[in-house]
Amino acid sequence: MYVARLIAITWWFQVKQSTKAGIFVFTAIIEPLIFATLAYYLFKAGKEPGTLLYAALSAGLMGIWSATLFGAGGAINYQRWQGVLEPLIAAPPPYLLVLFPQTLAAATIGVYSLTSTLLWGRIVFGIPLHFVHPGAFLLAVAVTIVALGVLGLVLGSSFILYREANALSNMLEFPVWIVTGAIVPLSLLPGWVHYLSWGLAPTWGYRAIRAGALGGNPWPGIGWALALAAVYLLIGEAVLRVFERRAREKATLSLV
Amino acid sequence: MTSLRIFFVGGLTSYRALFNWLTPWILIPSFLIAPLFQILLFAYIGRTTHLESDRFYVIGNALQYAAVPCLFAMGNTIGGERYQHTLSLVLTTPAGRLPLFIGRSLPVIANGFVVSAFALVTGSALLGVHVPLSAVAPLVLVAAVTAFSCTGLGLCNAALGLRVRETAVTVNVPLSSLPAWMSTIAEGLPLTHGIAGARRLADGEGLSRVGGLVGAELLIGCIYVVAGYVLLRLMEVESRRRGSLEVA
Repeated sequence: MYVARLIAITWWFQVKQSTKAGIFVFTAIIEPLIFATLAYYLFKAGKEPGTLLYAALSAGLMGIWSATLFGAGGAINYQRWQGVLEPLIAAPPPYLLVLFPQTLAAATIGVYSLTSTLLWGRIVFGIPLHFVHPGAFLLAVAVTIVALGVLGLVLGSSFILYREANALSNMLEFPVWIVTGAIVPLSLLPGWVHYLSWGLAPTWGYRAIRAGALGGNPWPGIGWALALAAVYLLIGEAVLRVFERRAREKATLSLV
Repeated sequence: MTSLRIFFVGGLTSYRALFNWLTPWILIPSFLIAPLFQILLFAYIGRTTHLESDRFYVIGNALQYAAVPCLFAMGNTIGGERYQHTLSLVLTTPAGRLPLFIGRSLPVIANGFVVSAFALVTGSALLGVHVPLSAVAPLVLVAAVTAFSCTGLGLCNAALGLRVRETAVTVNVPLSSLPAWMSTIAEGLPLTHGIAGARRLADGEGLSRVGGLVGAELLIGCIYVVAGYVLLRLMEVESRRRGSLEVA
């Protein structure tokens, strides 16, 4: 009960705080709309109008990853800048229970991206929003958010030790879009990339979301995304413990 | 002599402060690796939609990536000084404003140029895009002009304090595929003419045939530099009047 309360309150606090930050509004809403517009014209100019819902959906999925990446990556640095990282780590609850809801909140902000690109596609470009399995679609979105939140935990934990790790945030946006098939079909990529894709929960989450929206079987994707999220949680817990200890030893927690 | 020192040393110091160069390796993922993945992403989207060749996306995105350092860095150069509370100190000095502001743009232009050139070379190598040897020197010129024009817009960005990330619409979608109003706006933005010129150079045309496009890019850059400088001066006067120099 205590753990659930801590996670719920921290998650809600972080969601509220994020929605008030201009950079999150840009990353979660404005940037996905730019990509949705780009994707729309690219697919339209490519004379494949049947894939326009695919394009709008893809832009939203890209936005979910961007929101997770910048939010999860920034979570620890914001705490560092505000001078609360040390007290939070010194507090009785394990730091995992503080960081995870924050990265989960970052992924949750991605729902704005998906909603805004779908509405943008409907209102501006007249793309019909007919979902084949609406229930499975919503479940797939929720599972993908959780999986991304846990992936964000693994990424974000590196920020405890490496203050410059935010440079990785700048680098990881496009590669993950490519490797997870957010907009480009995996079949176009070289064979060795598929092995990387299969190890990433967003790949399966995106696959399930598309199956829910455009048709297909969403359940294997949902199952794999959940399984990988569980594995990430174990990795994140171990990595966070090691990085936290090393940061204490090197006395770098409060260094901005 | 003092103006030259302000221009070169002041510009370089401001640039180094901008990126907080405790560890320069952080620039590698941001400016050298990220553009490559952007090129790959759009090249694969191009293959999915059967819209344009890999060359189209390599050249477009390589030149476009100059916009990221040029717009961001130029804008944040001024914003960073305000945040660090050095802006009011700098502006109370009798230093000439032309070397002060324009000097800060020179390293940014060099940064944008290096990023574009690196992305062009490595992107072409990765995707097997062939560029004629005769086009290399003109492409270097176009990349430099494009970085200059983007920095001009960055100066306006700095003056207005806006946070414009990128102007991507003409980079990956042919102008002819955009609505008329969007194409018209694109004509007045940096990159559009530079990228069009670079694409024709890579297709084997000579510099003399695309001189008009390069000239248009240069002219647009000059207009933005002048507009940016005027805006910066206006902003300085207005900030003094309102006492808002220190407002972060």
